Amino acid sequence: MKPDENNNDCHDMVISARTKSEIAMPMRSTFAMHLAASALLIALWWLIYMNLATFAGLFTQMLANLTGFSVSSHLGSAVAFFVFETPKVLMLLTLVVFGVGIVRSFFTPERTRAILAGKRESAGNVLASVLGIVTPFCSCSAVPLFLGFVTTGVPLGVTFSFLIAAPMVNEIALVLLYGLFGWKVAAIYMGTGLSIAVVAGWVIGRLKMERHLEEWVFQIQAGKLDLADGPKDWTARIRYGIEAVRDIVGKVWLYVMLGIAVGAGIHGYVPEGFMAAFMGKSAWWSVPLSVLIGIPMYSNAAGIIPIVQALLGKGAALGTVLAFMMSVIALSLPEMIILRKVLKPRLIATFIGVVGTGILLVGYIFNFLM
Amino acid sequence: MEIKVLGPGCPRCQQTEKVVMQALAEAGVAANVEKVTDMMKIAGYGVMGTPAVVIDGEVKSVGKIPNKEDVKSWLK
Repeated sequence: MKPDENNNDCHDMVISARTKSEIAMPMRSTFAMHLAASALLIALWWLIYMNLATFAGLFTQMLANLTGFSVSSHLGSAVAFFVFETPKVLMLLTLVVFGVGIVRSFFTPERTRAILAGKRESAGNVLASVLGIVTPFCSCSAVPLFLGFVTTGVPLGVTFSFLIAAPMVNEIALVLLYGLFGWKVAAIYMGTGLSIAVVAGWVIGRLKMERHLEEWVFQIQAGKLDLADGPKDWTARIRYGIEAVRDIVGKVWLYVMLGIAVGAGIHGYVPEGFMAAFMGKSAWWSVPLSVLIGIPMYSNAAGIIPIVQALLGKGAALGTVLAFMMSVIALSLPEMIILRKVLKPRLIATFIGVVGTGILLVGYIFNFLM
Repeated sequence: MEIKVLGPGCPRCQQTEKVVMQALAEAGVAANVEKVTDMMKIAGYGVMGTPAVVIDGEVKSVGKIPNKEDVKSWLK
């Protein structure tokens, strides 16, 4: 994919620039430069972000004048949504991924494993869930990470808490929720996501399902690697953050735009209150239905949020929509298929069942409370 | 020199293999490059993230696409 090729070239450029500057200047100046550049970029970001609504409005009007549609029509409404949300979401994404990248530079899977090994259940479940948020983890690493944890003394249930929390309490989802719905919704999402991870992991641990791991797992002589990995100084951390932005936003931006486009469609064309019919509070079956629909779907968090916003705007109940979102993100069919290599079907079914039930409960509780 | 690139086949693992091949070509070093996709073997190296690069039995990089310059430095 194109972005990867660019990465390599940019890397070479960055490295030779760094070597030159290290020879020519003392280390502190490089750090000061990085800090100054970061501060400037963040200030610029803030300036643009605060005025986005105005810019977007003007741009939409311009488009309307050029192509002849009316801003108050369905199409106009959809376009306005798209034009405003796209830069907003992408900007939030960039800032957040950068910030979280810096936080993540302090953690590695090896360190997390060392912390979790031998911890009792309960305390271990909570710790694993919290660490799941901050430890850098790509879903293609699910199997090696699972094996690494399980074969070196981290209890099965605790490992599951980690594996549930990591994709679900996604920093992208959190910040986008904050940006679109305010800190309360974001906090609810994080709180309930963590609770599900802790409880589900604990339940799976209690069920003593170690027998349902594939046999070969027990034959692995998984060594304990202690790679002194990860950036050590602040300049490296900042660069780690930038790399995370290039990596993640580079992969995700298309899905985000697609998600916004779908959201724009819903926003412009679906009548108000339409969603209330089958995603509203009164339809008791809306929660299980959303969870079921969400299972085979997989989207990264960034793509699904605009859809969530559009659905809510059309009358869908908050609990139902949250359940849908969690189901899409946490119960990912591709990840299940990958995990099938280490987990026997019974354990996978238990996993889906326990997490699915947790999500269901969250959905009902919120429909009831709100 | 025995180089193994560990990964189940996702795009990042393929990119890692490309970077390794490029580094080898640029450094002019001859080496046997093997792609390991079997999870059992990958776990046996004790790595908890893919892609990973192992040179002559020593794990050099875990969980990210390595920098071409770094790879070259390991080839010495």
